[in-house]
Amino acid sequence: MPHEHHDDNPHSLLPSEPALRVKALETILAEKGLVDPAALDAIIDLYAHEIGPQIGAGMVARAWLDDEFRSALLADADQVITALGHGGRQGEHVVVVENSPSTHNMVVCTLCSCYPWPLLGIPPGWYKSDAYRARAVREPRAVLAEFGVTLAKGTNVRVWDSTAEIRYLVLPMRPSGTDGMGEAELAALVTRDSMIGTGLPYAPQASS
Amino acid sequence: MTRIHDMGGRFGDGPVPRDADEKEVFATDWHARALALTVAAGALGKWNIDASRHGRERLPPVDYARFGYYEKWLAGLAKMLVERGIASAEEIAAGHSLDAAPDDLKTRCLVADRVAPVLRSGGPSARDSDAAPGFAVGAAVRTRPIAANETVTGGHTRLPAYAAGRQGTVVLHHGAHVFPDSNAHFHGEAPQHLYTVGFAAGDLWQHAESPDDEVRLDLWESYLVPA
Repeated sequence: MPHEHHDDNPHSLLPSEPALRVKALETILAEKGLVDPAALDAIIDLYAHEIGPQIGAGMVARAWLDDEFRSALLADADQVITALGHGGRQGEHVVVVENSPSTHNMVVCTLCSCYPWPLLGIPPGWYKSDAYRARAVREPRAVLAEFGVTLAKGTNVRVWDSTAEIRYLVLPMRPSGTDGMGEAELAALVTRDSMIGTGLPYAPQASS
Repeated sequence: MTRIHDMGGRFGDGPVPRDADEKEVFATDWHARALALTVAAGALGKWNIDASRHGRERLPPVDYARFGYYEKWLAGLAKMLVERGIASAEEIAAGHSLDAAPDDLKTRCLVADRVAPVLRSGGPSARDSDAAPGFAVGAAVRTRPIAANETVTGGHTRLPAYAAGRQGTVVLHHGAHVFPDSNAHFHGEAPQHLYTVGFAAGDLWQHAESPDDEVRLDLWESYLVPA
């Protein structure tokens, strides 16, 4: 039976200041011609300014308005996402799960930090924290309470632990008092956390 | 048996920390740089996502526990660079290149104008398979009793300890996907059918908050036996 190679730990050779650790690794790879510093800038720019929760929010708002779109999204999200020109790294295989009065969905990755990057961007710090990873599966209701979410009696919690390359997006319930609102107005109510399942969309007055 | 990253269900972590980093995508510049560097280095094709996860999981528990998220990434990246022969320990210590990279590797360098298309295409894990799925949606299944890699001692697996040896129900079938327990060790993609399996909270936890709550996990065929 093969055994793990017990190596030294190269990170112990790096400077103690994290910013200097990044600099050292980037310098080595750039000097070798294996990393293009301008490409790093481009990656950062993309996730800082273009790929973020507004993409998921737009899809949620449209699903609230358009039953055909909603059905397609729930049946085969990948097809819909590709048609919209999204998708890609860390969102190659997406399943959209719909909240209802009887089921509240909530997403975690207990083993690392899997998250639908092309729809929500880079995960927030709390999503990657030990506390969230450890507790979301065992006591989701206690975690929800910390986020200010209390579920109606009769609502069960369904936690999705993202242990493979399937990424989950929660389709929250449309808030009441939003009749007649258009897609952009509705999208503004859709929070990032409501698409992870640790929050609910804003009520209409709260966002104005 | 298991490693420190396998923390689902663990007690003692306290409240979920929600602080200033929620306002910005990246709390500091070096976080952004660490993410971008990891993505760009991965594009060299010298490892895969499973190997890179396993690189972080193999950090000494004391370091894994004290490191912030992107510090784990940096430590995992340093490990991958050395193990895959891209940089030497001497270079890591020096913070400079001491030896030229092979030309064929240099041609794989991710350049700025390829960033958007490369990220857009991603790396799908679904694979065609001639094997018939072993389970149908609705089937009662039980997970393997031990959450461990079956062929590599201390190897990578995606069966969390909290869900080992438990009975659940297949709720989704995703077709065949690359098998991390093999791919992380460069033993081939060895695709297997992948299922979402639902477990009643009361079947996972001694003191479930509500027995009707459910936890669903994505599990490969070899993690499962008929219940």
